[in-house]
Amino acid sequence: MTDITSLSLFELIKNIKEKKISSNEAAKSFVDRSEKSKKLNAYVTENFENCLKLSKEFDNKPNFDLKLPGIPIAVKDLFCTNDVRTTAGSNILNNFVPSYESTVTQNIWNEGGILLGKLNCDEFAMGSSNETSFFGNVQNPIAKDLVPGGSSGGSSSALAASLTPVTIGTDTGGSIRQPASFTGTVGLKPTYGSCSRYGIVAFASSLDQAGPMSKDVKDSSILLEVISSFDKKDSTSIDFKRNNYSSELTRNIKGIKIGIPKEYRVDGMPDEIEKLWKKGIEYAKDCGAEIIDISLPHTSYALPTYYIVAPAEASSNLARYDGVKYGLRSSGESLIDMYEKTRSEGFGEEVKRRIMIGTYVLSSGYYDAYYLKAQKVRQLIKQDFDQAYNKVDAILTPSTPSSAFKIGEKSNDPVSMYLNDIFTVPVNLAGLPGISIPAGTDKNNYPLGLQIIGKPFDEQTVLNIAYSMEEKINYKNNITNWWME
Amino acid sequence: MTIDLKTVKQISKLARISLEEEKAEKLADDMNSIFEFIEKLNELKTENVEPLTSIAETTLRFREDKITSDNIREKILKNSPEKNDDFFVVPKVVE
Repeated sequence: MTDITSLSLFELIKNIKEKKISSNEAAKSFVDRSEKSKKLNAYVTENFENCLKLSKEFDNKPNFDLKLPGIPIAVKDLFCTNDVRTTAGSNILNNFVPSYESTVTQNIWNEGGILLGKLNCDEFAMGSSNETSFFGNVQNPIAKDLVPGGSSGGSSSALAASLTPVTIGTDTGGSIRQPASFTGTVGLKPTYGSCSRYGIVAFASSLDQAGPMSKDVKDSSILLEVISSFDKKDSTSIDFKRNNYSSELTRNIKGIKIGIPKEYRVDGMPDEIEKLWKKGIEYAKDCGAEIIDISLPHTSYALPTYYIVAPAEASSNLARYDGVKYGLRSSGESLIDMYEKTRSEGFGEEVKRRIMIGTYVLSSGYYDAYYLKAQKVRQLIKQDFDQAYNKVDAILTPSTPSSAFKIGEKSNDPVSMYLNDIFTVPVNLAGLPGISIPAGTDKNNYPLGLQIIGKPFDEQTVLNIAYSMEEKINYKNNITNWWME
Repeated sequence: MTIDLKTVKQISKLARISLEEEKAEKLADDMNSIFEFIEKLNELKTENVEPLTSIAETTLRFREDKITSDNIREKILKNSPEKNDDFFVVPKVVE
């Protein structure tokens, strides 16, 4: 018998449907491996016992028509889960137990998925290395003391280490794609409005999107099909016809036009990223795609725009943490004093920094100079993509400007940390779908990813290109289990 | 433009986050380096550009104003750090 945890989601589903593996056997395998992997610090809250119990219940009354029949799945701790603690990686929500379920996770349970646990992340998803989490650093299974990326760092680590067959993350500026790139896995951010934001702890509401993370492209297509839905409970959810992404997945991409934006060739980009990109272009050609040079002239303004828009929305969203209705409360002499002490003790440094920036750019006298200006530049960035899509069907870029870095290497310099998201942020600002697939390694053998960006609501083309290129690239992660006791 | 210590303290008041003196200085430094980076936007002329407020390009939907949940008072109060019968409790606000 092969190791259950090494199977792809597709293979696992097949084995369960053919009754070669029971849901309980699968749950036991992932629980067992997770128990032996505490050094990774991927979990914030374990749901192991309950998962084992529910898997037995599934086996007693199996329903093989479901899309995720009895599949154990761990999720980022930014999704509210009914009766299971949800922290968003923050001290201020350390004891928060939701009494409702996020739509995205509910969609997973409705199709037979079983909650394995809640995965570590940067506090309120603000970070690119998982180092801002109140619950400590997460190890990248690729090598010791390497960051797993962020903010979905627990998700990428657990996935690459085979502690969960697939997982879901959220992506506000790259938080699915960058950690996928750092761990040699696949991460997809869908079009804004595809997956409901209901029950996801809010960071920047005009940018946040949930999406699948998996070991291969096919698995992401299966999971996307489950989590993407129109939801009345999310006012910006969009009612469009969703594909059967997994059954419509094809490697026939002959004649598809892929754009290469010259502005993504940024100053100081390492040679190995440049080489990877060139290799990616060759792979795309081999798959039958037509390569076209394009221009996205406002690319270099995306990060400054993001660092106005995202903190502004965050400062507004995080105003709800006041120590009254839920979460941490510190004692104070007056109501205001209580608010100020609660928020000072409850939030970490990065979150406070962003709330402060957001409060400043929204404050009287500065609104037009910063926030309004950023919204206008955001329009220009979106128009760049609109124009490019008159000529091409998708765009190919590197996922990140570097491979994973060491824990502590960038944590004292916020701007250098922010630069990590240079290739992913424009996609959020324009609301587009984007996927990162592993495409090679750097000189240290650390994974590097390529990003494919699509037209709005055209996840299928993005997945098909990724699926075709994946076969040509034939990347294999080298995981040595170094963290196991 | 630089953000001085006084401004940092004023913003922290607006954000309802108490700030220790030594942390305020570090925060001012960080904010200045971030704003230096943000200033790049001033290179662009944007007088005639419409601000992008929502990517979804749809007007927000209306819904009927009716209650859809059962009596969930207990659930709502469950996570409260301090409660008294059916109320949230806060420090005294009247003298």
